[in-house]
Order: sequence, then structure tokens, then C-alpha cells
Amino acid sequence: MAENDVPRRSFLKTAGAAGTLAASALAGALPRAAEAQTPPAQPAAIPPAPEPLLTLTADEAAFFSAAYDTIIPADRLSPSGTDCGLVTYIDRQLAGAWGNGARLYRNGPFLPARPEHGYQLPLTPREYFAAGIKAANVWSHKTYGKDFDRLPPADRAAGLTAMEKGTAKFDGIEAQPFFEAILQSAMEGFFADPMYGGNRNKVSWRMVGYPGLPATWAAKAEAYRGKRVAIEPQSIADFS
Amino acid sequence: MARKLKQVDAVLVGMGWTGSIMARELTKAGLSVVGLERGAGRSPAQDFALPGIRDELKYRLRFQLMLDNGTETITMRHTPDEAALPMRRWGAFPLGDGVGGAGTHWNGVTWRNLPSEFVLRSHLEQRYGKKTIPADLTIQDWGVTYDELEPYYERFEKLCGTSGKAGNLRGQIIEGGNPFEGPRVSEYPNKPLIMSQAGLIFTAAAKKLGLHPFPTPSSNNSAPYTNIEGQTLGQCQYCGHCEYFGCESNSKASPNICIMPVLMADKRFELRTHAYVKNLVYDKRAKKVRGVVYIDRETGEELEQPADLVVLCAYPFNNVSLMLTAGIGQPYDPRTGKGVVGKNFCLQVMSGVQIFVEDEINPFIGTGVNPAAIDDFQGDNFDHTGLGFFGGGYLYPSISGGRPIQVRAVPPGTPRWGSAWKTATTEWYNHTFPISAHGASYAWRTNYLDLDPNYKDAIGRPLVRMTYNYTPNDKKMSQFLTDKAVEIARAANAKIIGTPNPRTGNFDNINGQSSHHTGGAIMGSDPRTSVINRYLQNWEASNLFVMGRAAFPQNPGYNPTGTIGALAYWSANAITTQYLKNPGPLIRT
Repeated sequence: MAENDVPRRSFLKTAGAAGTLAASALAGALPRAAEAQTPPAQPAAIPPAPEPLLTLTADEAAFFSAAYDTIIPADRLSPSGTDCGLVTYIDRQLAGAWGNGARLYRNGPFLPARPEHGYQLPLTPREYFAAGIKAANVWSHKTYGKDFDRLPPADRAAGLTAMEKGTAKFDGIEAQPFFEAILQSAMEGFFADPMYGGNRNKVSWRMVGYPGLPATWAAKAEAYRGKRVAIEPQSIADFS
Repeated sequence: MARKLKQVDAVLVGMGWTGSIMARELTKAGLSVVGLERGAGRSPAQDFALPGIRDELKYRLRFQLMLDNGTETITMRHTPDEAALPMRRWGAFPLGDGVGGAGTHWNGVTWRNLPSEFVLRSHLEQRYGKKTIPADLTIQDWGVTYDELEPYYERFEKLCGTSGKAGNLRGQIIEGGNPFEGPRVSEYPNKPLIMSQAGLIFTAAAKKLGLHPFPTPSSNNSAPYTNIEGQTLGQCQYCGHCEYFGCESNSKASPNICIMPVLMADKRFELRTHAYVKNLVYDKRAKKVRGVVYIDRETGEELEQPADLVVLCAYPFNNVSLMLTAGIGQPYDPRTGKGVVGKNFCLQVMSGVQIFVEDEINPFIGTGVNPAAIDDFQGDNFDHTGLGFFGGGYLYPSISGGRPIQVRAVPPGTPRWGSAWKTATTEWYNHTFPISAHGASYAWRTNYLDLDPNYKDAIGRPLVRMTYNYTPNDKKMSQFLTDKAVEIARAANAKIIGTPNPRTGNFDNINGQSSHHTGGAIMGSDPRTSVINRYLQNWEASNLFVMGRAAFPQNPGYNPTGTIGALAYWSANAITTQYLKNPGPLIRT
């Protein structure tokens, strides 16, 4: 386990360098937006200095970072999931009301369930992800000899695929629903308003061409019909 | 022991569309009215304001405007032999909360039912013969006709400022409208909304196939409008944030902007929010509901509000639950088919196919009601001989916004993550939409509501148990409608057609379906087969009226709000012009 003692849980410290790289990659992916009459998109912001975590442990943050960078790898379209702020996103979500079981019906009994019944465990999302990450790392160790975040990119992708397909068997928490929860959280963080910590610099909105706010289109609904709307996206913070 | 409050003329449980309509009509008739609402009051200017209202995560994914599942939820099972499990968080559907109820977070689709839907069993028996209707298909007539409801549909549309194009004005078929609709006395209050690119593609494809596309009726106002209550609604901004959201431009009709300001200025009306109704005080011998017991959530105190007239205006689940816990009416038994309360619970059978096109779709510029539809395969608008099912639905390009956490379909075979997924998402985000079928849900013997024996809500009341699954009729109908959606997709010259998704398996709690629950306290002409009469008055307790879609004997392939509004006005008219003169049963048995 010696290698686990290496101070490698420092994904945020390396994020700056990766971010710079990804920023230039992003700038190269903008010709479509550049056709617009509106100002050219700015390069992706370099992620801010390391942020303190609200609730995640170092192991958990490293797991999320590795999973999110596999789900949303840095390429010509966007920086990596971590550089887009997804670990910050999930940390805040799990520290807050949703993570701690708000709006969740938590009374028993907890009966045997079919998939059609949806989520049926007594765990809050915070507890669920903690248990799931432990189980995933146990499985990763058994399968690859290392924790998940220590795996090279190809093994991370293979590991997530095994969870997605249900061929990975965890103890306790089931692998397939756990994968779905990770994937869902990645998509939420990537596409939600940037005020939640992910989607830094509205990177996903630029990627797909979602203009964001204020979305008062009445005067333009006909003029824009069937035409590409290439405008600088705006978020809630831009109006606050 | 509940502290007893001063008697009022009428108490209403729930302050959504039907509660606010009923409150307005009863106060106009001079009654003192108390409206009880479990959730919060809502101020559109504060609660639905820019920029915060454009928050997909908060309102769509975390259900900010919806009922907290920790307060109350429902349990679900597929057959009467299984144990039901709670819906621990909303998935297939959410339930609304607060003043305005589902009327704050709806999309605004405002249909009228086909005339034949109101006499469904009689109509089908006459056209196809009694023997063609399966024994388990427990469909019924409504006890009210389209012609009787027409003035009340019109009134609701003039409350909402509904945008649309008439297809049948007093029997004359009008080009460009829905040629299948029942005769309307007047044109829609507002012109149709601006058609989207998806709407144009759908319309052209439907015309190519000889079908009859028209603008979907929508209570998102295409132009500013002053309604029959003197309230001014704004112009729709095509913001793509209707369902699950409140409307910042006051253009989507809601109880909050269409009626509540008038009610709040009326001394005869008192709104009590955070009032969690626990039970009805039922005098079984006298067959009268004496009042309502509720918990004031701001003090924790239990209060009893006595009233001469009690109107249930809550969601179907709550209306049924309050009747069952009070012992009003015989609970339905799916084994014998006897009993009525909880019977004929229905939902909506949705399906469709995603298409991928050359055109720039701009899904983010749009309304909750994508304004194009066809009604050729609705209800009994087509010959069902030999098809093996009854019912149908409307087909439409179903995009109500381009909110990217959820709206970003990719072609079949695309991985769900990684660089290939990113590339496909980037390529197709602006070039895809679904063609969907909004299908009927016709009542089936084993689909019903009762009280769950295992699970309780936050104040110890049993949760409502929903025994529900797709029926053989649903599945055949869904296949038929989905095939039609694929034909339209082909006619639309799609570059790629996705995998059609007709309903084949079990109903699930997870994937978004529809929150168009109906039935459980159904209306009809016979107390042995219905809970309420044609005026929505309970057969047993004559001072109890039950509003909303709990009254639908089965669910046609339309969104329910237009009919909910029409029935509320129809019932209010019967109360104010007949019942108040001589309180008692409006129909003698």
C-alpha cells in the first residue's frame, strides 16, 4: 500500500496546468461560435487556486476527480471534468441539503425492490456516495491492484464500463446504480448553471451552443428560427 | 383535541386551479370561504423572478416547487398481489405544492376533450358492439356531455388567455385549426404562438402524409391579455422554462396571476397557507361533512374548521385519501369490481421517437407547448375495427426547452460518456427533437388507489398506494401511436431516426412520464359505479364536492387542465344556482 501514501490526492494542485492546456484546446474548438456577429468567446478561465473541501475526504475527492475526468476527458471540446469544476460541484452538493437527504422519503420498512421502484436505500446521497466509493476502490484493488484514481486512463475507462454494464460486482452497494449516480452527478455538474461550482466559464454551454439567460426571445423567435444562435452565453451570476 | 374555529360557509382543501376557481365563484355568490393550502403562498414577482428562475438544477432536478417527498409521497406496485414501495423521490412524475399547485409548474397545454370521450362506453358500444370491449376495460360515461361543458371550457380559456386556432366554430370546420375538435362557440382568446422550427418540420411532414396539423392550444399567451377577472397577463417570452418552473413574464396562466389577486382583495375569502389537512369530520348518520381538521404548520396546533360546504380541491391522491380515511363511500375492490372510491385510476401513456435533422432547432427558444400537433389518431377519430385496442392520442414535436442537463439526445449507438459522447452531444444538441405520442390511459380493473398499510406521511396519515401498470390496451395503443410517430419521422427527412420507445414493459417510478393522474373519485350517473354525480357532488355526503381530475372516469389522450377548469366552473355553477337554494342531493337516486 506504499504507493497510496504518496501525496497524490492533490488533483486540485495539478488542475492549473491541465487547465491551461485545456484552455488552448478549447480556444481551438471555437470556429463555429466565431462566425457569430457577437464578440468572440473568451478562452476558458484557468481554474482558481485550490479550494478547501466542504465535506469530501481526500480519497473521495480523488475518486470523483478520476471518474469525472474519464466521463468528461479533456479534449478539443472542453477541459477535463475536474478542470470544469465538477469535484467542487459534487462537494457542495453533498455538503448541502440534497446530499443530506432533504426531500427524500426516508421512512421504513426497506423492502426488497425492483429496479422500477427507483432508489430504495435508507442512505442519504452523502452516505451513499461515501459507501459506493469505498466499495468501488475495494473492487478496483481486487481487479487492478490499485485504487481507482491510481489507474491509468484506459483502466479507469474499463473500470467504469464494467460498472456501467454491471459486470463489476461490489460488496454492499451495487455497482450499476452507483455508476448511474456518478454519471448523473457528472452531467448535472457539467451542464448546470456555473454558480453551483461546475461548468466553469460556461464551458459546456459554449460547447453545445446553449445561450443560457435571460432567454427572453419573444422579439427574436421568428428571426432566429432555423438559424444558428451564436451568442455569448450568460449565467445567473451575469445578471446578479 | 383540535381547537374548533368559527363556522364558515365553505372550506376548500387545496388552492390550485380548482380551489381558486371555486373560491372565486362561491365568494361571488356571497359565501364566506376559507381556502386551506398545505404549502406556501407564492408571489410571482418574488418567487419566479429573473435571473434565479432559470435554474434547471434547482427547479427541474431538485424539484424546488414540488411537494417534499419527506412530507408526503405515494407508494407504487404493479398488481394487487404485491407489496408497494414508496416513491422516495420524484422520478416518473412530481406532485405540486403551494398556492397555485400544479397550475404554477404546468406547461400550459389546454385541450378540450372530444365529445365522444364524455360518452365513451356508450359511444364504443354503439360503434363497435358491446362484445368488443374487454371485461377488464372498466371505461364509463362521464354523466356530462361536451355540449353541456362547452360554455365552461370557453370560460376557462378566457380566464387563461389561451392561444390557439379554432378548427370547428359552431359546426363549421375552419382551415388551420383542429378539424376533429367539438364545436366551439368562439375563437380562442389569443392567436397561436409563433411556430418553432421543430413545429414547422412536424407540420410539413404531417401534411405530406395527408394528416391535419394545427397549433396546439396553449395558455402561454401569445400577446398581452386581460382576462375575465380583469387580470393582465404578459406576452410569452419563449424562454423554454415552463414545466417545473414558475413564469417570470406572467404569460403562462396560473391561479396565482389569473385569480388570486382578486380573491386576496375580497373580504369574504381567507387564505390559510401551511395548513396541512389531516382529516374530514364526517357525520356518517347525517351524511354530512361537518368540517376539516388541519395542522397549522406555523404553530403546530391542530385546528378544526367547521363549514356548511366542503370542497376537495387537492390532487387526486389527496382527495381520494381524505375520503378513504373519513369512510365516505365504499372503497373499490379490484377482485370483485365492487366499491367506488379509488376506482379507475389512470395516468397517461407516453412514447415517441427521437429524430436527428439538418435544421438548426434552437430547442432553447420555445414554450412549454410546442405549438404543433395532429389529432388524427386521438380517441375514436380513426376506425378501431380489428386493431385490438381503444383510445389514442395526439402526436407532437415534444420539446419544451433546451435545458442542457436533460435535453441533449444523441443518436443510437453513441456512448453515454467520454470524448465520443462529447463530440456527438456537440454535433446534435441543436439538431434533434422527439416526435411523441400523448396517449390515453383507459381504465383497467386492476389499476386503482387505496391506503398503504406500511407507510405514513409526516403527520402519521397512511400514504396513498397506487396499484398501476400498463395494460394490454395501453401497450397495443402505444405501439400503434409510436408507429405513427415513426411514419412522421420518415416523412420529415430525418438524417437519423432514434429507437422508438412504445410502452412494452412495466411502469417505472424513475423515468419521466406524466403527472396527469386521474380517477379515484370518478363522476358518473350511477352511485354504484361512481363516487360523485355529474355536478361533482358526492353521492353519499351531499355537502361534499370533489374537484379536479380525480373525477375523470378514464383519461383521454389529452393534458387534463382544460377539462379540470371546465368541470370546476360547471360544478360551481350548479352549487351557486341550484345547491345553495336547497342544500341536498342535486340528483335524486
